[in-house]
Amino acid sequence: MAQQPVEMILIRQWAAHLASSVWLMDAAGNLLYYNEPAEEILGLRFDEAGEIHADDLTELFHASNLDGSSLTNDELPVVKALMTQVPSHGQLRIRSGIGEWRHIEVTALPVVAAEDKLLGVIAIFWEVSE
Amino acid sequence: MRLWGTRGSLARSGPETVRYGGDTSAVEVRSTDGSLIVIDAGSGILRLGENLPEPPARIDILLSHLHMDHIQGLGFFTPLYSPDTEVHIWGPASATQNLRQRLTRYLSPPLFPVRLRDLEGVEVHNLYRGKMSLGDVAITADLVTHPGHTFGFRLEDPTGVLAYMSDHEPALGVDDFPASPEWTSGAALADNADLMIHDAQYTDEEYAQRPGWGHSTFGHAVAFAEMTGVSRMVTFHHDPSHSDDFLDLVTGSLHSDSVEIIPGMVGREFRLET
Repeated sequence: MAQQPVEMILIRQWAAHLASSVWLMDAAGNLLYYNEPAEEILGLRFDEAGEIHADDLTELFHASNLDGSSLTNDELPVVKALMTQVPSHGQLRIRSGIGEWRHIEVTALPVVAAEDKLLGVIAIFWEVSE
Repeated sequence: MRLWGTRGSLARSGPETVRYGGDTSAVEVRSTDGSLIVIDAGSGILRLGENLPEPPARIDILLSHLHMDHIQGLGFFTPLYSPDTEVHIWGPASATQNLRQRLTRYLSPPLFPVRLRDLEGVEVHNLYRGKMSLGDVAITADLVTHPGHTFGFRLEDPTGVLAYMSDHEPALGVDDFPASPEWTSGAALADNADLMIHDAQYTDEEYAQRPGWGHSTFGHAVAFAEMTGVSRMVTFHHDPSHSDDFLDLVTGSLHSDSVEIIPGMVGREFRLET
């Protein structure tokens, strides 16, 4: 039976109770969860998005630099945190599908368990007022 | 396997706890090849040590975690002092200390007169999440929801599967429990186990005052067993305030169409093969 590590289970449970927007990915970059405050910003309920494979994320969510220029995956704070296992921070624009662009600020943290095992990334983000 | 200690949190002796037992967690497991594994070293391990028919050549002790009710019997386990017996202790390290350092906090003055380092024939091993073998028993250890590094275990031998989660709060913060095994602590350990020994410390009313304390209600334990396809579930880690009569009442009220619910009483023996 496939089961998420207990650390990720607890993080998801914790995120579900927060008023801050939280995004959770596993070590392969698959989206595991985002909470209700995050849904407000992303414009898509998690139940509609579901757990998404890393390769399919860009079909659902689009990101750009603040000036509208393209942002590569490797420049995304969540991807940087995943690849380097070091916290990453930044501002960007994001939208889902044909929704509105939202200006957000993101702090992404790698989730590292005992024996330096990378379990994934947790990102907390908030909308920046223009 | 045999239950030598079934009580949680604190040993509770007295006429009210004779049948279910007052000693804290200790379970004896014997595999088909004769390997002896002891799960947890609560006060119940004292009687286990006294009742071994002859000193075995080797004993492996798996510690789920280092709360006092799971290690307080360790210093009184007579095979530790036997020159003819190798004792291997397996348990969780922390982020900064190995198991030996953590155990030494208890097994050293002023808390205990005998120092761990003075016990010959005792080897201490850090246990990590993953698989290992002891004799013909394949053991899977994984962290479960309980304060501090706490393991649950899955033991498999040719006769079947035993799951052990003495201290476990499977429903912590899970609004849709028990709907999602993938997002439930311990689910993989319990998956279709023939026998599961599981935390059943609180009533629903008691749990309402104690979320996050790391323990299960009777009802959550049953629901968890049903969710994971367990055949038989033994209630365990009885609250010190729960008398035999109270446990009879509560356990007797539990019901499941798919799981045989067994009151965890000291001295009970189980076999995996049916």
